[in-house]
Amino acid sequence: MPSSDASSTLRLPSGLRTRDFLIGGWTALVFVFLYVPIIVLVAYSFNASRLNVLWSGFTLDWYVRVWDNGPLLRAAQNSLVIACISTVLSVVLGTSGAWLLHRYRFRGAGGIQTLTAIPMVMPEILMGISLLIFFASAGLSLGFATVVIGHVTFSFPFVLVAVQARLRGLDPALEEAALDLGATPFKAFWLVIVPCLRPAIVAGGLMAFSLSWDELIVTFFTTNASAATLPIRVFGMAKVGLNPMLNALSAIFVLATAAVVLFSAYVRRLAR
Amino acid sequence: MDPLASPAAPDAKSLPSDHRRARWRAWLLLTPMVLWLVAFVVVPTAILLVYSFCERDELGRVVFSFTWENYQRVLDPVYLRIFGRSIGYAALTTVICVVVGFPVAYCIGRASEAWRQRLLLLVMVPFWTSFLIRTYAWITILKEEGLLNGALSALSIVHAPLDLLYTPSAVVIGLVYAYLPFMILPIYGSVEKIDGALIEAAHDLGAGPLRVFTSVIIPLTLPGIAAGTLLVFVPAIGMFAVTDLLGGAQVPLIGNVIQNQFMQARDWPFGAALGMVFMLLFAVSYGLILRFRREETA
Repeated sequence: MPSSDASSTLRLPSGLRTRDFLIGGWTALVFVFLYVPIIVLVAYSFNASRLNVLWSGFTLDWYVRVWDNGPLLRAAQNSLVIACISTVLSVVLGTSGAWLLHRYRFRGAGGIQTLTAIPMVMPEILMGISLLIFFASAGLSLGFATVVIGHVTFSFPFVLVAVQARLRGLDPALEEAALDLGATPFKAFWLVIVPCLRPAIVAGGLMAFSLSWDELIVTFFTTNASAATLPIRVFGMAKVGLNPMLNALSAIFVLATAAVVLFSAYVRRLAR
Repeated sequence: MDPLASPAAPDAKSLPSDHRRARWRAWLLLTPMVLWLVAFVVVPTAILLVYSFCERDELGRVVFSFTWENYQRVLDPVYLRIFGRSIGYAALTTVICVVVGFPVAYCIGRASEAWRQRLLLLVMVPFWTSFLIRTYAWITILKEEGLLNGALSALSIVHAPLDLLYTPSAVVIGLVYAYLPFMILPIYGSVEKIDGALIEAAHDLGAGPLRVFTSVIIPLTLPGIAAGTLLVFVPAIGMFAVTDLLGGAQVPLIGNVIQNQFMQARDWPFGAALGMVFMLLFAVSYGLILRFRREETA
């Protein structure tokens, strides 16, 4: 606890102690609320019974069934392909855009900046229906390409923002030195600036990947049956009701998420 | 443009101001991003606006015309009530998230460095876990043969299973559960920035704990609360997946109605009109919150 609390404790001992105790207790309760459903979900993925209430023995059967489920695996594969492509495109668009907006003064730069913020804040359902109408009027049939377009549109601004934050702390002399030493502007960007931006690019890329991997609403309006992603399949299954296969799948997701969160915390610590 | 600074030579000797001005090459490089935004954000929104004034024929095809009919239908009490309900649910979710999340954000923000990192990681895992999975978790708990009913009847508190799933409470629980981390993190950001000396000074000047809270802590964390409200209120209005999964068809919100117009009813012009009204709602609430935030930080 900071020293300010200690000094005030002298004045108002009981009051402050009670307050800290209450806040700490409340926080613990909220974490219980946040974690109990997730833990229950994971625990019951090992339950032999189809119903969730009774524990009737340990099994890995549901994991085996997920592994044997063709449509689910295909959806996972689709999700992975779409997330990878849209991450690469988002990193390219976001990083180059951030650099150009930082390095050069464009007429109307403020307007461009505002435009990049819109996909981040726009409700997903509005983006979904407007893209659906757009693809329909443009005569594009829905599938992988339309899903990737949707995902890149809301992902790349996050890369842009992450890279811009890092650029603000960058020494302008770095690029000037590279140019003075005879590098072309492209070489200076690629060999000097990009390595400096790597932590922000990695963070933005992770963000873009996980946004794409989790996305349901925009995908819902821009996909067809053959390009259905994992969230689309999971949504369909969850609508029908309980299914222990979903528990198993969710458990894998939760563990993967926790691993990515810990990994990115580790990367951030390294970057410091 | 300065004729001496030829684009072929490296710009090392040019003046800084000239050096920074975007020339055609920089514009060319920025074009893909600008085009992307125009093609997939601006144009689709414009087409949505156009569609909202169109009609559809008996086969559900869109006929280009100019009619206010779709907007007149939006003003039908049935749809106004759904809009009102959506705003009400989103507002309730936001308020619960602030009340529940504020002490947590405060606790994290005032904790020691090591604890702060640990607690933040604990918020991050649900934050990043797919909301779909977290919503499904509540189905397993609230279902008629689910965990909560099982536990209640095992303890013989209830004798017949309660109807928990597909109720308004289930929707609100699901929304709060989905959005709580999005409220905790921005408030934490504000709490972390509070200078401890200000709280101490308020104490020294004789303010009680309640007074310190209402006159010092709340005003200083308002930007965080406003940012959290942006992240919770606006998306919660249109969230149809949580209401679909936990509310069944019992409590349609505006997101469900829009989705239905596009997927099942296939009345795109009417769906577009509903979407445009939602867009207006979004823009107004967004603008209001941003303005409020700017006044607070200024």
